[in-house]
Amino acid sequence: MNTINKNAAQISATILSNKRVGAYYQIILAIGDLASACRPGNFVALAVGGDSSRMVLRRAFAISRITHGSASGGAMELIVAPHGSGSKWLCEQSEGVEIDIVAPLGTAFGIPTTPVNALLVGGGYGSAPLFGLAEVLKARGCRVDMILGASTGSKIYAPLEGKRSTSTLKIFTEDGTMGEQGRVTAPIAKLVTEGSIDVIYSCGPMSMLRAISDITNGTEVVHQCAVEEAMACGIGICMTCVLPVQQSDGTVKMLRSCIDGPVMDGSLVAWDVVGKVPPVVV
Amino acid sequence: MSTLNFSTNLGDALFDYPIFTASGCASSGKELSQFFDLKDIGAVVTKSVMNKPRHGRPTPRMAETPSGMLNSIGLQGPGIDAFLAQDVPWLVSQGAKIIVSIAGETADEYAMLARKVRSVPGISAIEVNISCPNVENRGLVFACDPDSSARTIDGVRKIIGGEIPILAKLTPDVTDITAIARTVVDAGADGLSLINTVLGMVINIDSMKPHLGGKTGGLSGPAIRPVAVRAIYQVHAAMPHVPILGMGGVTSGRDALELILAGASAVSVGTASFGDPTAIPRIQGELASLLAAKGFASVKDAVGYAHRGEVSTT
Repeated sequence: MNTINKNAAQISATILSNKRVGAYYQIILAIGDLASACRPGNFVALAVGGDSSRMVLRRAFAISRITHGSASGGAMELIVAPHGSGSKWLCEQSEGVEIDIVAPLGTAFGIPTTPVNALLVGGGYGSAPLFGLAEVLKARGCRVDMILGASTGSKIYAPLEGKRSTSTLKIFTEDGTMGEQGRVTAPIAKLVTEGSIDVIYSCGPMSMLRAISDITNGTEVVHQCAVEEAMACGIGICMTCVLPVQQSDGTVKMLRSCIDGPVMDGSLVAWDVVGKVPPVVV
Repeated sequence: MSTLNFSTNLGDALFDYPIFTASGCASSGKELSQFFDLKDIGAVVTKSVMNKPRHGRPTPRMAETPSGMLNSIGLQGPGIDAFLAQDVPWLVSQGAKIIVSIAGETADEYAMLARKVRSVPGISAIEVNISCPNVENRGLVFACDPDSSARTIDGVRKIIGGEIPILAKLTPDVTDITAIARTVVDAGADGLSLINTVLGMVINIDSMKPHLGGKTGGLSGPAIRPVAVRAIYQVHAAMPHVPILGMGGVTSGRDALELILAGASAVSVGTASFGDPTAIPRIQGELASLLAAKGFASVKDAVGYAHRGEVSTT
């Protein structure tokens, strides 16, 4: 069993900016020295609704980017979809508002020590943390290709500056309103078969992560996926965000996505028993 | 200003501080220790452990509700042997006071768990969780039935001779909680943990089916605090000599004081830690200021204060 991210801390972070980007909001928080402890793949848990909130649980978001050395020290960027009452509240907060955050949480994407061919796959706003990852991979000399998908064009998150770190960027939408019509999985299967990629990094809906694992299983391609499960705490104490993960002894264990994830080895997640209870091994 | 005596007792067990973690809301303490020193709070009440390792219930296991949440974990855990071998020694090394919560499917399993707990040093009390709502068979919620509650506590009492206090954790989902409380005290419980979560359900309006994998779940958080205050008040009125570890939706020092005034000798904080990892030390600080401001010299002086001047009706 893994332990909580040793750099995790609870701080009050000021909103430096909050602006609408397509269907999402880009929120930048001043986090000072904590920025140096954040890695691509880590997430943040934010308190929402203010002091008298009836929303008692934190909201977890992937840290999309970290910047250092601005006037106010380090900063953290989040890409938030105003989906439920908590994220809507967050998207309504303006510059200067203080937010109680706990970060960095969870595991990070593993960065290869030698240059490899990396494919980054993002679904919806799941693309957000991939741009920060792309910068790190590029700095290591990796070739970085990116494929983004969503149901419709407004749900594609692809900032201009982010494209600089990628060699190619392909976009797929189910309704064809942006890029090619279709899903991200078809081109991935082709790339894996061709043997042109070593590692896939993915972030997005669980159905997409599972589909990618189905493609990479039995191949040499490593699949690091950032999973998404409903969490109450984000710090490993509530046991709600568990996923069935294959252990080296052949058994399946329910692991916490907030502690042993969000970044997991896609080939070890027992996708067929997600949402079920694994068989008990006596 | 005189100094406040912040210590408290549950039976023979002495605690330096009155605020504890709540079972199932702190795992075994390791994660929260990233945010504060476990020796600076009253005690760590560990997640209810069963004899064998257990996967628990399928996901989704959680649904937020107004001022609360439903959980449907189903007692996922490592099993008692791994727990006693790894988690307890670690907690001891941190200087934490430990209350071990146990859960079984049969009265015999509880007795076996008690035997194993007794053999390990460094444990301040044992909490017998006879009221977990997330079991496959609602008939297994011992605390809904006086006979099986009594049998379970009696079995544990035969193992634990008096070395450490036995706390029976009860559900408010019964017609008369004082009747069950009396039964388990007669069977040998030294104290009571009040209350477990309240059974609830959320229906997902997209799927139009129960949202949780286990269909039903336990409601916790501020939404159930008045239920906890009521249960503690009723039980303390019926049996003022029986110590109560109170819990249910406490998020502030004010809330903790409310449970103490109702009759709790110590207070566990559960769901609040999910929303705020430093909730327990914060609540403890707020409670100390509040007790002093109200002129109490000790926690003990405030326990059951809401009953002062009441004419006993029992």
